[in-house]
Amino acid sequence: MLPVSMGQGLLLASFLFALGLVGLLVRRNVIFMLMSIEVMLNAAGLAFVVAGSRWSQPDGQVVFLFILAMAASEVSVGLALVLQLNRQFKSLDADEASVMRG
Amino acid sequence: MLHLLWLVPAFPILGFLVLALVGPRLPRKLAAVVGVASIGASAVVSILVATDFLAAPPANGAFRQTLWSWIDIGWFRPQVALYLDGLSLVMTTVVTVVSFLIHLYSAEFMADDDGYSRFFAYMNLFVASMVMLLLADNLLLLYLGWEGVGLCSYLLIGFWYRDPVNGLAARKAFIVTRVGDTAMALGLFLLFSHLGTLDIQASMSRAASQWPVGSGLPIAAAALLLGGAVGKSAQLPLQTWLPDAMAGPTPTSALIHAATMVTAGVYLIARTHVLYELAPPVQLAVAIVGASTLVMAGFSALTQWDLKRVLAYSTISQIGYMFLALGVGAWTAAIFHFMTHAFFKALLFLVAGIVIHAMNDEHSIFRMGGLRRLMPVAFWTFLIGGCSLAGLPFLTAGFYSKDLIVWAAWSSPRGGWALWSAALLGVLLTGLYTFRVIFVVFFGEPTAEVEKRPGPAMTIPVIVLAALSLVGGLVELPPALGNLPLFSRFMASALPPFEGGGGGAMSEGLSGLVAAVAFFAGLYGAYVFFVRRRSLANQMALSRPGRALHRFWFADWGFDWLYDHALVRPVVWFARVNKGDVVDAPYRGIARVSQVLHHGLSLTETGRVRWYAAGIAAGAVVFVGIALIL
Repeated sequence: MLPVSMGQGLLLASFLFALGLVGLLVRRNVIFMLMSIEVMLNAAGLAFVVAGSRWSQPDGQVVFLFILAMAASEVSVGLALVLQLNRQFKSLDADEASVMRG
Repeated sequence: MLHLLWLVPAFPILGFLVLALVGPRLPRKLAAVVGVASIGASAVVSILVATDFLAAPPANGAFRQTLWSWIDIGWFRPQVALYLDGLSLVMTTVVTVVSFLIHLYSAEFMADDDGYSRFFAYMNLFVASMVMLLLADNLLLLYLGWEGVGLCSYLLIGFWYRDPVNGLAARKAFIVTRVGDTAMALGLFLLFSHLGTLDIQASMSRAASQWPVGSGLPIAAAALLLGGAVGKSAQLPLQTWLPDAMAGPTPTSALIHAATMVTAGVYLIARTHVLYELAPPVQLAVAIVGASTLVMAGFSALTQWDLKRVLAYSTISQIGYMFLALGVGAWTAAIFHFMTHAFFKALLFLVAGIVIHAMNDEHSIFRMGGLRRLMPVAFWTFLIGGCSLAGLPFLTAGFYSKDLIVWAAWSSPRGGWALWSAALLGVLLTGLYTFRVIFVVFFGEPTAEVEKRPGPAMTIPVIVLAALSLVGGLVELPPALGNLPLFSRFMASALPPFEGGGGGAMSEGLSGLVAAVAFFAGLYGAYVFFVRRRSLANQMALSRPGRALHRFWFADWGFDWLYDHALVRPVVWFARVNKGDVVDAPYRGIARVSQVLHHGLSLTETGRVRWYAAGIAAGAVVFVGIALIL
């Protein structure tokens, strides 16, 4: 298997992270925002995995497992919030729910 | 029996507590019973104590009763302790008995008032404070009583608080006496810091042994205490509050502003007489203050039209006599005059209250007239009080006490012809203004109907006080008239005897004779001006210099004007200019800046999740950038 250099791996990770961040900022639909966060989490996980393989340490993959668990719990809480949001505002638009402005 | 002494202040305090806590819920009758009976019990106890004291005088002529330790910090341990000697015994007995009579009178006088139980609560608290002041064993307890009576005076002057004028008079009295009290507090600090004790007897004996006569410290301490005495006793230059204090109910004027509280200054000086003997210049100042006050207040009393204000100025004038006596070293004479003055001045005020009630709250003497036939009891008792005040020879108490002071002003080594002639001028003026009031109010043609007649609760105290004003002087007869110095002999254990010595060509009998002549001259003058040739008095008052003089005396020699322009107005002006308070500006600035920041920052709180996320991202970029660059 062709070994992937760390530079390439990290570049891909940061590209994915930026993609997720842009998606989070430009999307108004809460579900898409959650998906963007998912992309950012995976980008961070990828960076850990790449770094772990560079120094031949299992720690990177261990952390990725933690990130997966955290992402699962985040999604479950997030979806519950989405349901509540939909019930309260009859829409999934995040900007609609700006009643807590200063 | 002496150990019952603590009950004398305890009864009034108890009465005050009951009235203050449940007073408004008590029926009026019961409130009056509580208020009067507490003072009555106190008077009975003090008479019992006095008879016991007279029958078997305690060793050293003084009895001390320690109740409890007030404060206990290391060696600083002022006690709540009572000290009874001849001086405090006389004053306490007179105060409680006169208070009881006035309380009895008030029970009827105030019967229609809304604040009935409040009135008695204040009065009881006053008596408790006054007795505390008189019986205090140390200066701290004395100061507690001193401030207590000041507070009650304030509360009672402003008793009818709905009228702003009364509130103003109350504040004036409080602030003016506060000036004196501050001086007095400084004097107490000075005594404490240099003598190391607050106990009156101990500090006086230490002062006598440590300080040479005429050195700086006793002069400073005595002068500061004199400041307190001058404020409380309404002497020059702090006398302006007393005439305005007549805004209070008449029993208050009789009790606080004539018979008892205003003589607290006299008591203070007599109590600390050792200090004044160590400071001859201050003692001379006491005499000069007394002499000038008695003359100036006499002239002012001549011009007043308000019955109560005439009596107020005469009170100032009579306390001037007491100060004069203290100043020339006639300590006993001052206390003797305090006693007779308490009787006849309380009497005059109480009768004035009856007359004012009867005239439907009319204060002006010129709208009264011919009351001799309409109100015979009031006439005769007022006549007795007035004669005692002016010093009708032989019959009245006031003659004996005043004669003693006039003679002391001449014969004392500290006295002289100047003080003596001031005292005599005072006698003349007293006769003049007293009989002016009597002739105008009780003689002539009746001008108004009598609306209200006094009941027994008002008549009995007046008659008792009239009797006391007649016989009260018989305890001290001068050598020329029987030579019976019971009072001086009794006071000898508490106060040093009067060192007469001087006299020269004058004898005591001759001085008394001159005083009697001055009295009759005053009486005759009043008769001429206010009965026979009323027009003469009017002509004099209407002539150009007469009018100016009248206005000058009427306005209390311009003291109110002077204080108003020199002190009150600058302070009010400054307060108005500095309404925004310069000192507050920096703090207001800080508040303003945070307010602006708050408005700016609250704009960033849009409530939009994406905006916050962008903020987080931008922040992360900035921090990572900083971390990379550094």
